[in-house]
Amino acid sequence: MKKTLLPPLIPFVVVALLAEFLVREGFVRAYLLPAPSAVFRAMISSRAELFQALLSTSTGSLTGFALSAVTGIAIAILLSSSRGVQRAFYPYAIFFQTVPLIAVAPLLVIWFGFGIETVIASAFVASVFPVIANTLSGILSTDPPLRDLFKLYGASPLVTLFKLRIPAALPQVFTGLRVSAGLAVVGAIVGEFIAGGGLGSVVDIARTQQRIDKVFAAVLLASLLGLGMFGLINLFSHLMLRRWHASEQPL
Amino acid sequence: MHARRVTNTVSTGVVVQLEQVRRVFNNRQVVIAGMDLRIDSGEFLAVLGPSGCGKSTLLRMIARLAEPDSGRIRIEPNDERFQTAFVFQDANLLPWRNVLDNAALPLELMGESKTKREEKARAVLGQVGLLDALDRYPAQLSGGMRMRVSLARALVTEPRLLLLDEPFAALDEITRFHLDVQLRELWQRRGMTVIFVTHSVSEAAFLANRAVVMGRSGGAIKLDRTLQLPAVRDNELRGDPRLGQEMRLLLGAIEE
Repeated sequence: MKKTLLPPLIPFVVVALLAEFLVREGFVRAYLLPAPSAVFRAMISSRAELFQALLSTSTGSLTGFALSAVTGIAIAILLSSSRGVQRAFYPYAIFFQTVPLIAVAPLLVIWFGFGIETVIASAFVASVFPVIANTLSGILSTDPPLRDLFKLYGASPLVTLFKLRIPAALPQVFTGLRVSAGLAVVGAIVGEFIAGGGLGSVVDIARTQQRIDKVFAAVLLASLLGLGMFGLINLFSHLMLRRWHASEQPL
Repeated sequence: MHARRVTNTVSTGVVVQLEQVRRVFNNRQVVIAGMDLRIDSGEFLAVLGPSGCGKSTLLRMIARLAEPDSGRIRIEPNDERFQTAFVFQDANLLPWRNVLDNAALPLELMGESKTKREEKARAVLGQVGLLDALDRYPAQLSGGMRMRVSLARALVTEPRLLLLDEPFAALDEITRFHLDVQLRELWQRRGMTVIFVTHSVSEAAFLANRAVVMGRSGGAIKLDRTLQLPAVRDNELRGDPRLGQEMRLLLGAIEE
């Protein structure tokens, strides 16, 4: 644990100290870049508000992410069932990737109202595609000799799917989930800009009040949330794959 | 060593009969053009030939993993499900299953109960000397051990026809020598029909009772020979002049 936490902390501390120095000595104006100590003070003084906001954003992004994981994997399984289904529906899955979220967010408000539902929907739209794309590619790239083996023993397509294709796709599913976890937080914040609530709302209001220290405090918390979700996926991935996949073997 | 003959046969072989079998690739390239071949019950046949001569295609058609474009492949008796087993060039184990569950996989797919399939898998893993590795995962095994799991998985259904497609090609020579002896013993114990595709002349001569050499194109058979070697094959045979003589004959047919 020491070895994995310490190396990334060093650049963080160095950059923070540098920023502190630049602001204190007047090289950078404090209304453009707050001193890290000011950000820290903002975090302490607004802790109740920030904690509430973090809780709300966490709920939105985690729920959106969970929806993405479940429906993304289900959609990928359906798409993998036949080439015809894939040709008909995969373009619409790609549509989710290319749709400009910030432009659709107002639409989500119209559909889901000013509340957590819009935030969840926004997190979902932002994060579902990587799950679909990676799971599908994993399911479709099963080793041909292994497929032959299952065919030889008369395994049905359903048995082959659950005993071979899905387990074999798991490393790629986790790759998709890792990307998706970060995007879910981004989607939730965008949703909150429009629908209100959470860290997105804190950023939006603090910005209009010229409270750049508070903006930074909220952004930092949002990043930590993304990092936490990423870590959670890595933990699951490690638990499920450590005994067999190269990505989880010690270097 | 191991000169003792075991006579209680678990399974018996099948007759494989190919009649004018033809297989075309991409509607153009004729891989096998009208092949006739009969393999008797309990025979150990080695199939030799240059790369791309259709050896693997032949094996896949016999396993019903590919269909001939014309002609017939008859397997008699053909009354049992899953009487055919296939060993691939790579071990092709499921990396998320341990040794025991990998070996039990065919029985699981056939719907055998957990206790029964584990009992059978344990027995066959014992025959290939892997009883102390039941809980290990493929990533924790050596190449030779993986191939032995693969062999155990093939044998767990007590197949009457065992097809092997260059199974030991990726292994080091010492490991291959061990597995050759082990495979030959398993065959003698079980009496199944074995078709063994290989690039190695020495391996073919050491293992088989009969060897077929295929030509470069169209699956023509250039040599079909019953090998004049003792029934019990062990590492002492490797220096035997009779083995050298058989190897020369096979090599001559390949290079002809």
